[in-house]
Amino acid sequence: MTAHQTIEAQQETLSGAEIVVRALLDQGVDTLFGYPGGAVLPIYDALFQEPKLKHVLVRHEQGATHAAEGYARSTGKPGVVLVTSGPGATNAVTGIVDALMDSIPMVVITGQVATHLIGTDAFQECDTIGITRPCTKHNYLVKDVADLPRIIHEAFHIATSGRPGPVVIDIPKDVQFAKGAYQGPTEVKHAHNYSPRTKGDPARIAEAAALLASARRPILYTGGGVINAGPRASELLRELAELTGAPVTSTLMGLGAFPASDSKWLGMVGMHGSFEANNAMHDCDVMIAVGSRFDDRVTGRLDAFAPTSRKVHIDIDASSIGKNVRADIGIVGDAGSVLEDLIAVWKQRNLATDKAAMAEWWRQIEEWRARDCFRYRQDGEFIKPQYAIERLYELTKDREVYVTTEVGQHQMWAAQFFHFQKPNRWMTSGGLGTMGYGLPAAVGVQIAHPDALVVDIAGDASVQMTMQEMSTAVQYGLPIKIFILNNEWMGMVRQWQQLLHGERYSHSYSASLPDFVKMAEAFGCVGIRAERADELDAKILEMINSDKPVIFDCRVTKEENCFPMIPSGKAHNEMIMAEEARDLGTIIDDAGKRLV
Amino acid sequence: MTDVQPASVYDLAHEDEPESLATYAVLVDNEPGVLHRLVGLFAARGYNIESLTVAETDRRAHTSRVTIVTRGTPQVLAQIEAQLQKMVSTRHVQDVTRDPNGLERELALVKVRGVGGDRVEALRVSDIFRARVIDTTAESFVFEVTGAPSKIDSFVELMRPLGLVEVSRTGVLSIQRGVEAL
Repeated sequence: MTAHQTIEAQQETLSGAEIVVRALLDQGVDTLFGYPGGAVLPIYDALFQEPKLKHVLVRHEQGATHAAEGYARSTGKPGVVLVTSGPGATNAVTGIVDALMDSIPMVVITGQVATHLIGTDAFQECDTIGITRPCTKHNYLVKDVADLPRIIHEAFHIATSGRPGPVVIDIPKDVQFAKGAYQGPTEVKHAHNYSPRTKGDPARIAEAAALLASARRPILYTGGGVINAGPRASELLRELAELTGAPVTSTLMGLGAFPASDSKWLGMVGMHGSFEANNAMHDCDVMIAVGSRFDDRVTGRLDAFAPTSRKVHIDIDASSIGKNVRADIGIVGDAGSVLEDLIAVWKQRNLATDKAAMAEWWRQIEEWRARDCFRYRQDGEFIKPQYAIERLYELTKDREVYVTTEVGQHQMWAAQFFHFQKPNRWMTSGGLGTMGYGLPAAVGVQIAHPDALVVDIAGDASVQMTMQEMSTAVQYGLPIKIFILNNEWMGMVRQWQQLLHGERYSHSYSASLPDFVKMAEAFGCVGIRAERADELDAKILEMINSDKPVIFDCRVTKEENCFPMIPSGKAHNEMIMAEEARDLGTIIDDAGKRLV
Repeated sequence: MTDVQPASVYDLAHEDEPESLATYAVLVDNEPGVLHRLVGLFAARGYNIESLTVAETDRRAHTSRVTIVTRGTPQVLAQIEAQLQKMVSTRHVQDVTRDPNGLERELALVKVRGVGGDRVEALRVSDIFRARVIDTTAESFVFEVTGAPSKIDSFVELMRPLGLVEVSRTGVLSIQRGVEAL
C-alpha cells in the first residue's frame, strides 16, 4: 500500500454506527450481548450488515451485562454490551457495578437521545453518564463523531489494562448517523495520561522475598487478581507455593488459581471459608497477599486480623494497598509480573524457608484440617444441599466444566464443595453479591465455550431474578444447566434471621414458588426434579447428558445452615462449627449484629 | 466472651490517629464531567471537602488544575491520594501540605459595615493585612485580601466586631516554590 493509499484508507468516511462496528472488529470482538431500542437503532442497523459480529439478544439488559461478565471471566477477553438509552442503560447498571466490584473487563455501549435533545427530558432520556460515573472505571459521552474511533479504542484499553473494569460509552443517536473518518487502534492518539504500572518495584520484591524466606508460618492469600493476570500467573503461583512450601488460601473470587487437589491448598478463606484456612491466616507470621483486597468478608474483625503477621500486599491497584489493612511491604504491579520477579529473586539468591519450622507449621495445619470443618451427614431420604453439590462435583469433575452461581447459601456451598483445578472456571458475584448473576453469566460462558458443560449452581430465590434469560439460552441453543438448590427460602437471609434475629423470619420465605419443571417446559428446555437422595445421581446424569438447557429443581432440606462461619465482629480463630451453632445468638453481641 | 466491642471495617483500625488538613493539587484532563468525577469520589467514600478550586490552566493541553483541601487520618489521606491517582482523568496529584516547597494562598472579599471609630479601625487593620479597598460607601468597605487561609481567618475574626457583613473566599490555591512544575 502506498503512502497515498494509506491516507485514503484512514480518511474513509463511515457513519458513527459503522465506526462502532468497525472498531469492535478491530478490537477483536466476536460477540456482543445486547437489546435494541430507539436510540441505538443505527448501530443495530450496522450490525445487521456485519456477519462477523455475533449479537446475543438477551431478555433484559441486566442479563446482557452479566452474560458479558461470564464471557469475560471465562475467556480473559473483555465482555461487550450494547443497549439503548434510558431504561436500557439503567437496567444495565447492576451488571456494570458488579463488573466494577469484581474487576471484570467490560465495554458497555449505550444509545443516547440526539445531542440537541439532551437535557430536555426527551423520551427515553436519562443522564447515563451521570448515573454510571461512580459505577465505571471510566465513561464517555461522545458529542462529536470525530472523537468516536479514539474513544472506543481508548475504552477497550482502559477496560482491559491495569485493574480491569467496566467502561461505558454513551453515543447520541445523531452521532451514530453522522459521517466521520475511521481510525484503527494504532492510529488514534489517546487523550488520557492513563498508563497503569504493571511491573513491581524490584527493591520491594527483594524485600518481600527475604521476608518470606524468614517466615516460620507463611501463607499465600490470593484473590481474583491472580486470575485476571492470566493463566501464567496461576502457574507462577503454583511454582511459588512449591518453592516455599507455603500453604495457599484464596478469596471467593480467586478460586481455581491454585489447584484444589494440591496438598498445599487450604480451601477458601473468610466468613464461610475453611477452619484450616482461617486459622492459618490468623496464626501466620508472614502473609503474602496476591491480587486480593482484604474485603470485610475475608478479614472479619480487623483489629484481630492476623495479629502476629507481617504482610506483603501485591496489587495492581495502588488504592487497594493499605485501604483496610496496613501492608508492611506494598507492591504495586500485575500479579503475574510480580510473582515472576519474586520467584526469580528467590532462585537467584537460593532462598529457602526453614525446614523444621515449616514441618511444625504443617503439623499444626493438618491438626486444623483434621477437624473436617465441612462435615455434614447425609442421612435419610431428603437431600442435603452439601450432598447435592458434592454429587454434582463428583459426576462432572472429569469434564470441561464451568460453574457460575447466584448469591447466598448455595454460593457458599458451591465454593466449599465444588473444587477447581484451573482458573477461569468459576464465575460468581463476589463484591456486589448480585442475586440473579449466575443464569445470564452461564449464557455468556456457554457462548464462549460451546462444547463445555456450564452449570449455574442456583438458589430458588436468586434464580427468579433473571429467569427470563432461559429464553435467550433456548434461542441460541445454549445447553446451560441451572441446578437449583431449592429449599423454598432465601436461605442466607433465613440463616441470619435464625441466628441473629431471634428466628423471626421476616419476608424470607419463597411463597408461591413456580413449578420449575413446568417452567422449564414452558421455556422449551428440559425440567428435572430430584427429591430423594437415592435418585440424585441418576437425575444429575440425565441433566449432564441432555444437549438442551436444563432447569434442575433439586429439592433439598429446608433448614440447613452454611457452616463453619466467622460470626460478625469475630476473629478468624473464633470460627464456629455446625455443631456449635445453636449458641450463636449468645456468641454474637449487639455490636456484631449491626455489621452486615 | 469478652466485653470488648468488636471492631469492623466500619471502625477503621486507625481511627484513634489524629486527623489533619491536607491540600492536594490535582492536574486533570479538562473534559466534561471531570469535576463531578472528582467530587463524586469524595462523596461516595465519605471524605470531607474543606475547600475546592478549579479552573482550566492550560487550554492547549486541555488541563485544569484542582486544588482540594480535605481532612483525615494519615490512612484516610493516603487513600484519598491513591484514589485521586487512580482516576483515568488525572494527570498528576501533589500533596501540597507535605511538600516543604508547597505554597498555599487564598483570596477573600470581605464586606464590613460601620461608621465612626469602627470604620477607621477597619481601615487600619486592613492596612496591616495589606488588604485593598475595592469598594466603599459612606458606611461600608469591601476589602480584597490574599494570603494563607489562616491569615484570612484572622482577618475575618478581627473584622467581626467591626461590622463584618459578608465574606466570599476562593478556597485555597497552591503552587510549588522553585523551578519545578506539577
